[in-house]
Amino acid sequence: MTKLDSKIPAGPLKDKWTSHKNNIRLVNPANKRAIDVIVVGTGLAGGSAAATLAELGYNVKAFCYQDSPRRAHSIAAQGGINAAKNYQGDGDSTYRLFYDTVKGGDYRSREANVYRLAEVSTNIIDQCVAQGVPFARDYGGLLDNRSFGGVQVSRTFYAKGQTGQQLLLGCYSAMSRQIGKGKIKMYNRHEMMDLVIVGGKARGIIARNLVTGEIERHSAHAVVIASGGYGNVFFLSTNAMGSNCSAAWKIHKRGAFFANPCFTQIHPTCIPQHGEQQSKLTLMSESLRNDGRIWVPKKIEDAEAIREGKKKATDLKEEDRDYFLERRYPAFGNLVPRDVASRAAKERCDAGFGVEKNATNEAVFLDFEAAIMRYGREQANIKGIHNATDAQIRELGEKVIESKYGNLFQMYKQITNDDPYKTPMKIYPAVHYTMGGVWVDYNLMTTVPGCFAIGEANFSEHGANRLGASALMQGLADGYFVLPYTIGDYLADDIRTGAIPTNSPEFDEAEKAVKTKIDFFVNNKGTKSVDYFHKRLGKVMWNKVGMARNEKGLKEAIAEIKQIREEFYKDVRVPGANDGINQELEKAGRVADFLELGELFAKDALEREESCGGHFREEHQTPEGEAVRVDDKFTYVAAWEYKGEPSDAVLHKEELIYENIELKTRSYK
Amino acid sequence: MSTTKGMNLTLKVWRQKNSQAQGSMETYKVSDISPDSSFLEMMDILNEQLVGENNEPVAFDHDCREGICGSCSMYINGEAHGPVKGVTTCQLHMRSFKDGDTIYIEPWRAKAFPVIKDLVVDRGAFDRVMAAGGFISVNTSGNTQDANAIPIQKENADKAMDAATCIGCGACVATCKNASAMLFVSAKVSQFALLPQGQVERQERVLNMVKQMDEEGFGNCSNTGACEVECPKGISLENIARMNREYMSASISAE
Amino acid sequence: MSWLKQTFTSSIGRKYAMALSALFLIIFLLQHFAINFTSVFSEKTFNELSHFMGTNPLVQFALQPVLIFGVVYHFVMGFVLEIKNNKARNVKYAMNKGEANSTWFSRNMIVSGLVILAFLVVHFYDFWIPEILHKYVEFAPEDPNRYWTETVEKFHDPIRVGIYSLSFVLLSMHLLHGFQSAFQSVGARHSKYTPLIAKIGKIYAIAIPAGFIFIALYHHLNAL
Repeated sequence: MTKLDSKIPAGPLKDKWTSHKNNIRLVNPANKRAIDVIVVGTGLAGGSAAATLAELGYNVKAFCYQDSPRRAHSIAAQGGINAAKNYQGDGDSTYRLFYDTVKGGDYRSREANVYRLAEVSTNIIDQCVAQGVPFARDYGGLLDNRSFGGVQVSRTFYAKGQTGQQLLLGCYSAMSRQIGKGKIKMYNRHEMMDLVIVGGKARGIIARNLVTGEIERHSAHAVVIASGGYGNVFFLSTNAMGSNCSAAWKIHKRGAFFANPCFTQIHPTCIPQHGEQQSKLTLMSESLRNDGRIWVPKKIEDAEAIREGKKKATDLKEEDRDYFLERRYPAFGNLVPRDVASRAAKERCDAGFGVEKNATNEAVFLDFEAAIMRYGREQANIKGIHNATDAQIRELGEKVIESKYGNLFQMYKQITNDDPYKTPMKIYPAVHYTMGGVWVDYNLMTTVPGCFAIGEANFSEHGANRLGASALMQGLADGYFVLPYTIGDYLADDIRTGAIPTNSPEFDEAEKAVKTKIDFFVNNKGTKSVDYFHKRLGKVMWNKVGMARNEKGLKEAIAEIKQIREEFYKDVRVPGANDGINQELEKAGRVADFLELGELFAKDALEREESCGGHFREEHQTPEGEAVRVDDKFTYVAAWEYKGEPSDAVLHKEELIYENIELKTRSYK
Repeated sequence: MSTTKGMNLTLKVWRQKNSQAQGSMETYKVSDISPDSSFLEMMDILNEQLVGENNEPVAFDHDCREGICGSCSMYINGEAHGPVKGVTTCQLHMRSFKDGDTIYIEPWRAKAFPVIKDLVVDRGAFDRVMAAGGFISVNTSGNTQDANAIPIQKENADKAMDAATCIGCGACVATCKNASAMLFVSAKVSQFALLPQGQVERQERVLNMVKQMDEEGFGNCSNTGACEVECPKGISLENIARMNREYMSASISAE
Repeated sequence: MSWLKQTFTSSIGRKYAMALSALFLIIFLLQHFAINFTSVFSEKTFNELSHFMGTNPLVQFALQPVLIFGVVYHFVMGFVLEIKNNKARNVKYAMNKGEANSTWFSRNMIVSGLVILAFLVVHFYDFWIPEILHKYVEFAPEDPNRYWTETVEKFHDPIRVGIYSLSFVLLSMHLLHGFQSAFQSVGARHSKYTPLIAKIGKIYAIAIPAGFIFIALYHHLNAL
């Protein structure tokens, strides 16, 4: 019954991409000038794609809901970007990056895609440096690297704790150059409302001008969706407030299959929730785990005392602390992959060892004491201070930590009012990234011809769990080095098509549907705000479809989400009109889509009866609480076809074939 | 993260329906605000309250709420991003205020940043300055030279990074008594002037970016230094001095 | 030479021109002070120097016009920029806390500038116009020993001394910001030298105006 053709090229793994590039069709420069491409989203994937396509000669129309492409949420990525450069000479290679990524993803990604990603990773660093991205350097003037979770080499390039920002500004610069030339027409403060399909092909979008409220038609020969992930389905996440699933969900409703929605990453090091008034969670970079040690008290009474404020973290002696990651996973210690670290923290908090004094008690310590003293001693030696006092050593060590993580420490202090140089940080897992997304083939095309999905928006190369510093790598790989080639193969058919008219019945129909929906929201005589429903959805998602899932909870979640959705349409209130900026109206449209996606998410989680990566089914674990995969039944990509209600979605399976890597139980012990 | 008792506040907020409409300061009251809440969470609560009363909520730009996207842009109690230095509005917390306080909340004020609704302004001028020259002209090819081919002195790389941390929020313009954009423009000019990759277009870049900046209607710099103090990323005035040098030497020697 | 026009009508070009005229005026002020100060300890030196400055053709016909141009340019451009800068913010803030991020005198250069301008009017009326009339209109015979007596006489009037002193306080404020600002404007900034420039600027901005006030008070009190 499957309609899925992943179009993976034949041949040995390491030659697939090269031979594919050599064999796909090209569009000559003169013809590119007659072809329009729409790019929705201007983060790392969309921004790099828009810039590169314009450099090639295509006419690009780029859309973002923010007031400038520079504000896309890629900007918030802190830690770094991976590349198999092996500048440190520590045994890194394309193969090793490929292997780490497949293993880190718990063997639920496509070998060929991941290999290609590892292959082009080195080009990304070269390209970014040429653009003027100021990566960190050592005193010899060469690029510096750090280490991230789930790997045993140092392959992560970084720009302080602002790597995402610097890479995005690189893309934005490249886009700016093309905007100045007129090759990119930029539509800021525009939101894509629907995809328009003409003759079976994606031929344009309906967009809403968020400043005037006007509904606009935009046509093109291909549409690229680079709108990011759907983590905000949980209401509280580390995503930006505006991050939404709507562009991806709209193309899903127009025929693009949605893959592995239940694969969601819960990031272990976020600042714990402070209370009910909170609207956003803040991430602390994974790079902190290079130097921070994670622990909870060994004795439950100590945990209670800390929660009640009777004891401080620093009062506990070394032997009274449980460094649970180091205890459970001696080989990788605090640098286990994110899913493993998150679950371990949850396990300790569920057992009553949480240290936060709020309603949930949920937090663990991330302690820099040992690192401060270690670096301090090292510095004292370098400076020739032989009988340094503890205070001197601490001062020197704090300086080293400050140079590495200064901005993160400052941000932590700003939010919590605690000084992490003096007392350990408190952290807890939070929703961060979605591995699932729109299903795409090797060419990054969805099941709708002419509609492509790149970056976090597609279901991507991360399988069931993404390694740190790989999201930036994938976004830029897709946008700079993959899509610009593969889209040409598709567009080669369109060199004689000419401009796509926007007065066709297909555009009429799509525009009408959008207007009807907007009219519904502004005229609905409800009593509750959009956020009220979003928060309720988020609670169900977090409690029943969060870090640990079981059959009963998932079934309840499906029913509850459906219920919330029905209430939403009956009782939502959107003040104001559609004649200008109306942020409640924007939210209403986005939450309406989350309310559908959430249900599919739970359905996918229910169907996948195994534990793998970010998806943990309580029924499938070892007595020690480690995840148990069921390879003989679930080594596939679950791609869902829209059929009206989320509950009617039809499952298509793309079998994952491993020819180069042997499936093993993932172990970081 | 203490759970102290909530605060009651009076808010004076600029309301303006659209770019053509006349605006005015309106007064609102919010109560039981947790000191651990961020400023924007307090605004969320105000908006929730307004929606409950079937009034239009206050429109304001915000997105990442981690102090990096540069969206948020409020002039709070007479200062860009409020009373705490080195942070954006989204990272400002209510513990910086006292129970019973009156808080003035206004949009960025500059001719080059017209208000489009309530606290939302159009910062498109920054994008146009960037499009005039804020880039290095290198096409994507996959054949760019190796990233380590040109070593860069750490000191210069670090200075370029410091300049590049600008988030384009516009606090410099909002704060400057002259609504000058020189801190923003100079940060980008400096970043590229300090890197070997930026040398080829060095002169053209500064000339074009300054020309565009002037056309946008920003004021002139009179070196009060307010921008540097209020910049949430602490971008240094050193960059403006560098841009002045770059501009003059380019004006004199460019052909 | 359209590039020249373009350069000096650009924001940065104007800034440069303001700074260069300021630096010129700073040097002028220093030499003015040096000459005036001699009046405190040596009538003879003062008369000699004044006579030289007042009759030397190079000073009178080359430096004096440059000085006049510098003064006029600095004032006119100061006003032009003030008006332009004011227009760059057409709607003002309801609540603005300038003191939170900058000094009063850096924000109010136009105020101190205006006071200085008013003072210059008085000063021209007192010294410069009579001089010009004396030399170039009436063609009165030159007496190389008249300067000291004429100058000291002016300081007998307590009101004049008061105005004079107040103006120099404002000049001090103007310089407290203006001195280092001029260096910043021409891009002369370096982590090694800028702190030194700032220090010299502070000393200059306080010492020179204080010196002028001292001279005025000295002659005033001496005559009592």
